Amino acid sequence: MKTTEVIVAFILTLSLLSFPSLGFQSDELLVDDEEFGLEGAPQPRSPEPIPSRSQPVTTPTRKRHSDLDSDSKIQFSLDHAFGDSDFTPAGTFSARLKTWSHGGQTLTKLRFSRNSFTDEEKEKFKNLLESDDFYRIRLPSNVLSPPGRDFIISSVKARCLPREGLDEHFVIHMEGINVLAVNYGSPGSCPYPRNLKLPAKWSFNSHTVLKNSEQAPRAPVFTEEILGGENGEGEVVPPPERSFWAKYWMYLIPLGLIVMNAITQAMNLPEEQATGQVPAQGQPSGGAMQRGPSSAVRRR
Amino acid sequence: MAIRSFLFLLLLFFSSLNPILSLYEDQVGLMDWHQQFIGKVKQAVFHTQKTGRKRVVVSTEENVIASLDLRHGEIFWRHVLATNDVIDGIDIAIGKYVITLSSGGSILRAWNLPDGQMVWESSLQGPKHSKSLLLVLTNLKVDKDNVVIVFTNGRLHAVSSIDGEVLWKKDFEAESLDVQQVIQPPGSDLVYVVGFAASSQFEMYQINARNGELLKHESAAFSGGFLGEVSLVSSETLVALDSTGSILLTISFHNGKISFQQTPISNLVGDSLGPAAITPSSVTGIFSLKVNAITIFIRVIGEGKLEVLEKTNLKTAVSDALSISEGKQAFALIQHAGSEIHLTVKPADDWDGNLLKESIKMDRQRGLVHKVFINNYIRTDRSYGFRVLIVMEDHSLLLLQQGEIVWSREDGLASIIDVTTSELPVEKDGVSVAKVEHNLFEWLKGHMLKLKGTLMLASPEDMAAIQSMRLKSSEKSKMTRDHNGFRKLLIVLTRAGKLFALHTGDGRIVWSHLLQSLHKPQACQHLIGLNLYQWQVPHHHAMDENPSVLVVGRCGPSLDAPGVLSFVDTYTGKELSSLSLAHSVAQVIPLPYTDSTEQRLHLLIDADQHAHLYPKTPEAIGIFQREFSNIYWYSVEDDNGIIKGHALKSKCTSEVADEFCFDSRELWSVVFPSESEKIIATVTRKLNEVVHTQAKVIADQDVMYKYLSRNLLFVATAAPKASGEIGSVTPEESWLVAYLIDTVTGRILHRVTHHGSQGPVHAVFSENWVVYHYFNLRVHRYEMSVIEIYDQSRADDKDVWKLVLGKHNLTSPISSYSRPEVITKSQSYFFTHSLKSIAVTSTAKGITSKQLLIGTIGDQVLALDKRFLDPRRSVNPTQAEKEEGIIPLTDLLPIIPQSYVTHALRVEGLQGIVTVPAKLESTTLVFAHGVDLFFTQLAPSRTYDSLTEDFSYALLLITIVALVAAIFVTWILSERKELQEKWR
Repeated sequence: MKTTEVIVAFILTLSLLSFPSLGFQSDELLVDDEEFGLEGAPQPRSPEPIPSRSQPVTTPTRKRHSDLDSDSKIQFSLDHAFGDSDFTPAGTFSARLKTWSHGGQTLTKLRFSRNSFTDEEKEKFKNLLESDDFYRIRLPSNVLSPPGRDFIISSVKARCLPREGLDEHFVIHMEGINVLAVNYGSPGSCPYPRNLKLPAKWSFNSHTVLKNSEQAPRAPVFTEEILGGENGEGEVVPPPERSFWAKYWMYLIPLGLIVMNAITQAMNLPEEQATGQVPAQGQPSGGAMQRGPSSAVRRR
Repeated sequence: MAIRSFLFLLLLFFSSLNPILSLYEDQVGLMDWHQQFIGKVKQAVFHTQKTGRKRVVVSTEENVIASLDLRHGEIFWRHVLATNDVIDGIDIAIGKYVITLSSGGSILRAWNLPDGQMVWESSLQGPKHSKSLLLVLTNLKVDKDNVVIVFTNGRLHAVSSIDGEVLWKKDFEAESLDVQQVIQPPGSDLVYVVGFAASSQFEMYQINARNGELLKHESAAFSGGFLGEVSLVSSETLVALDSTGSILLTISFHNGKISFQQTPISNLVGDSLGPAAITPSSVTGIFSLKVNAITIFIRVIGEGKLEVLEKTNLKTAVSDALSISEGKQAFALIQHAGSEIHLTVKPADDWDGNLLKESIKMDRQRGLVHKVFINNYIRTDRSYGFRVLIVMEDHSLLLLQQGEIVWSREDGLASIIDVTTSELPVEKDGVSVAKVEHNLFEWLKGHMLKLKGTLMLASPEDMAAIQSMRLKSSEKSKMTRDHNGFRKLLIVLTRAGKLFALHTGDGRIVWSHLLQSLHKPQACQHLIGLNLYQWQVPHHHAMDENPSVLVVGRCGPSLDAPGVLSFVDTYTGKELSSLSLAHSVAQVIPLPYTDSTEQRLHLLIDADQHAHLYPKTPEAIGIFQREFSNIYWYSVEDDNGIIKGHALKSKCTSEVADEFCFDSRELWSVVFPSESEKIIATVTRKLNEVVHTQAKVIADQDVMYKYLSRNLLFVATAAPKASGEIGSVTPEESWLVAYLIDTVTGRILHRVTHHGSQGPVHAVFSENWVVYHYFNLRVHRYEMSVIEIYDQSRADDKDVWKLVLGKHNLTSPISSYSRPEVITKSQSYFFTHSLKSIAVTSTAKGITSKQLLIGTIGDQVLALDKRFLDPRRSVNPTQAEKEEGIIPLTDLLPIIPQSYVTHALRVEGLQGIVTVPAKLESTTLVFAHGVDLFFTQLAPSRTYDSLTEDFSYALLLITIVALVAAIFVTWILSERKELQEKWR
C-alpha cells in the first residue's frame, strides 16, 4: 500500500513537472512573484497582455493623475459560517494594491492570516463534520469598499477539509479590484462517500492563489502564411520512412496465418497416418495410396 | 462489444471521407418537410378589385404581410419583416398596391398586389414618438395621384401612392397632442385630425388634404378627462369615456364646433356594473361597450342621444363596417354559444334586420373568436353574399362562407415556444396499420415506372409520378413506432397556449389541445405557456401507460404570478389532469429519477427560492429523500450580474404543512462587477445528452480524458457599454469574457477575455466543449471560438499495468468537491455569417461525430462539422494527426453550399433548432422552427449502419441467385470430372 502511495506521489510530481501551466499547487504564500503577484498565472508570456487586461477597470473616476505606479496596502476580511449560522470573521487577507500609470489597479502579494478556531467554533465544526454539512466562507466583492455590491459566497462540505490539519485552498478570481468568485475547497480530492474524519490538529493550512483573466488566443490571420504554406507544399516534405512491418503488416499477417495453417496441417498429416497405421501395420506411404480405392469402392 | 467496435471503425472510415452531406434534387421532400405559416393575423384587407377578387392581404403579429388565396387559404406571396419592424397598419391604394406602415410608423412601403414585389419605400421622420395611423384617401386626387395620409411621430404626412414621395407635411409638435383619429369625411377634400391634449382637452384640426393647409383649429376642455380608446360613430362624431370609465361622452365636431354630451352608463344599463371599455370599431352610428363580461351595443341617435340595442353576456366579436352599396353599411357579429358560433351580418342602420344569420360548429380547441373581418361578394342570384375571416384564440385563421368553414390555417404554429418529442405507440400484433397495395395492377405499374426510372427511359411525367409515389409511401407517416426510430411525435407549445402534436413523417397535426379551454376561464385569466417537459416516458415495466408531457404555464405576465401545471397524454392529446399552483414558477428542474410508473420527478423553484416536488406522491418523496443532499441548482440574475448556487435545506417552515415543499440555502455566488461586465448568454449541456466515451485518443497513441461534468455552465459577459448594437462602441471599450463555471461548487474552471469583441453571443455546449459566436470589432468580422476542457486527474490512468493490477481510479466516484485538475484548449476562427440560433446534432449512443447546426441570418440551417472547430488544428498537421482527422488550420470556417440542411428552402423568422436522436445511431432528427417549420433527418457521418434508400436489393438478390447457381453447376461439373477420373 505504501509503495503505491509513493508511486502515486511520484506520478503526481511528474505530472506537475510536465504541466507547469497548472502548477500552482505550491503551498507557498505569494511572497515574491515579480510585480504581478500572480502565482499560477498560466501564461508565462504575460508582460504583453497585462496592461491591456487591466483596461476593463479603466473607469474615469478611478483615474489617478500620478504618472508613477503607486502601491498601497489594503486588507479585507474573510468571514465564515457553520451550516446555516451567521457569518463571523475568520481571517484577513492583506495585499498590495498596485495602481498603474494608465489607471488600472491590481492586487499583488496576497497574504492570508487565518484566525484559529475557538473552542466554540471547534464544536460547531465537529457538528458539521458529523452531519456532513456545509462550511461556508464569504469575501467582499470589492476589496476597496467592502462589501461592494454583494458578498462572494463559497462553501464546501466540511468533511472535505480535514487531513492532517485542516487544509484549505482558495483561488480568488479578480477583475481589477473586484472579486468575481472564489473557488474554495480542499487542495486535493474529496471522493464521494465522504467519511467522517476528525483533524489531528485544529490549525488551518491555507493556500491562496490570485487569478486574473486570460487573454483569448487571437483567431489566426493568414494572408501571407497561406502563400508561404503553398511554397512549403511545393517542396513536398517526404513522409517519415516507416518500418517494413508498419508498411506491410496487412500482408504479413495473412501470410503468417497461411504458413501457420500449412504447418499445422503438415503436423496433423503424420499424426493421422500414425493413427491409421495402427491397424494396418504397413508402410506409411502405402496407407495413403490404399485409401483412394477403398473410398471409391464405398461410393459404388 | 464487437459490433460496437466494428461500428466505431466504420465510423472512423467514413468520417475520414468527405464530411459533406448533401442530397440529390429528387431526394428533396423524401425525408424532410417544410410548412409555411404567417402568424396571428392583426389586420386583413380584402381585395375587391376585379383582378384580385380572390385575395386577402393580411398583416400579422409575426411581422408578416401575406396575400392569401380566398378559395383555399394558400399563400400567394409573403414577406417576413425584421423582428423590430412591427407592422402598424396596412391598406390597399389605387387598387394595385398594398401599403404598409411599420417600425413605429417610420417606414411606409408599397407592395405590388399581384406578385408582392416592393414598389417603393419611404422613410417618415417626426419630432416625437406617437401613435401611428394610416389612412388611404379613396376619392381624392391630387394631380391625378391618390394620397396616403400618415400620421406618425407627431407629424402628418401626405404621401403619393404612386412613388412614395412626400407631398406635404404638417407638424403637431408644439402641442402635447395625443392624436386619436385621422378622419376623412366622405366626398370632401378635408382631413380631420382629432385627439386629446393634456388629458382633458379635446383638439380638432381641419386640414386641406390637397396641400396640408390648416383650415381650422378648435379645442374644448372637458374636466372629467378621457380614458382609453375612442369609437368613431360618424365622420363628425366620436364616442369616448371619461377618466372614471362611468360616463359616456359623445363628442361632435360638426363644422368645427365642438360639443360634448354626457351620458352616465348607469342611465343606459340600469345599474352600475363597474368600469367599462369601448371596443374600437368603425360602424356608423353604433358602438360597443364592454362592462365586465357583458357586451352592450349602443346606437347614437342624433345629438348625443344614446339607445341600448342589445345586452349580451355571450363572448362577442365585431368586425369593422363594410359599405355594401351607396350609403349602406353592414358589419359582422360573432357570438359563442356552447360548441357553436353564431355569425350575424347586420346593416348599420337596422339592428334587427339581419342580412345573414348562420350557425357554425366550432372546435372547442380553437378557443374564442378574437377578430372578425368581413367581405361581400355577389351570389349567382345577384344578391349579396358575405364571407368572414375570423382569427381564433389559438391564432388560427378561418374563412366562413355559407355556414361552413371553407378553409382554416393553423397559424399558431408560427410562434412555437418549446418543443419536445414523444414516441409513437408500438405496433400491436395482428393490427397492421399499413395498407395493403390496392391491387396487383397498381403495384405492377409502380414497379414498371421505377424500373423505367432506373433505366433512364422515363419521361418527365413518369418522373413526376415516381416522385409523388415516393413521397406518398405510407411507411413514413404511419402512426406506429418504427424500428429505426424515425417516426415520432413532435409536441410543440405555441405562444397562444396551444399544444400540437406533429408527425415527423409528414408534419401533419395528429392532435391539438388548447390549454385554456372555454370550460374553465375562471381559474386563470391570462395563461402564458412557458415550457414543456417529458413527464412520463414509459418503458420497461410501465409499458401499458401512454407517455405524457408536462406543460408549465403562468397566470399573467409577472414573475410572481401563480403557476399552472397541465399533464397531457401524447397519444390522444387529452388533458389527464391540471393543477393550479399556489406558488409561482421561476425554474423547473427535471430530476434524473423516476417512480415506479416512470413518472419523472420534477423540482419547481418558485420566486422565493422554495423548492416544490412533483408528483406529490409518497413514493416520489421517498425517492427524493434518498438523494436529498445531492441536489444542487443555480440561478442567474441577468440584470444584477449575479449567479447563485443553491442546495436544499429542510422542509418548508410555513404555517400550512406541506411535505413537498423545501427551503433552500445559498451555497455560492459569483458577482460580476457591474461597471465592467454584464451577463449576455448562459448555456448548459442538454440534460439527455449521451456521450459514448470519456477517452479521446489523440495522434501519438496518447489518451486525453474529456471533462464530462453535467454541472458545467457557460457564461458570457460583455462590457455594459458594448451590449448594444454592433458598432456602437470602439474596440477599446468593449470586451467579452467567457466563463466555465461548475454549478455545484461555483468554481470558475476557465475564464478567458476576448478584447475588442462584443455580443450578441450564441453558444452551444456539448460533451466537453462549447462553441460560441460573437463579433470581433478589431477585425470587423464574426468569430466562432471553441473551448474544450479535459480532465487531468485521470491523465495517469493511461498506464496499462495499473489497469491490469486494479490500481486505477476509474471506478471511483467523481465529486465536484475535489479540486478539479483541468486543462482547456481553445481556438478562434472567423465566420462569415451572423447567427440566429445554434445547435448540435445528438445521436442515440453518442458515437457518431457531431455537426453544428447553424441558423444563419438568411433563415437557413447550415451543418458544420465539429472537426472544423477543433482547437488542435494546426497549420501543418503531422501525418498521424491527419490520420486522426485533423484538418489543417485555416482562419475562416468554410461554408460549403451543399451542407445547407434546408437546401433551397428558408425557415422564415428562424427561432430555434431542436435535434432529437433516432434509434439508429447514425441518424439524428432536426426540427427548425420560426414562422415556418422544417424537419429533416441528418446523418453527420453518413448512414454507416444501414443501407441507403436506393440500395439495389434486386442486384444483391440476382448476385446471390447467380452465385448459388454457379455453385451447383461447378459442383455437378466437378462431380462428373471426378467420376471420369475414377473411371480412368
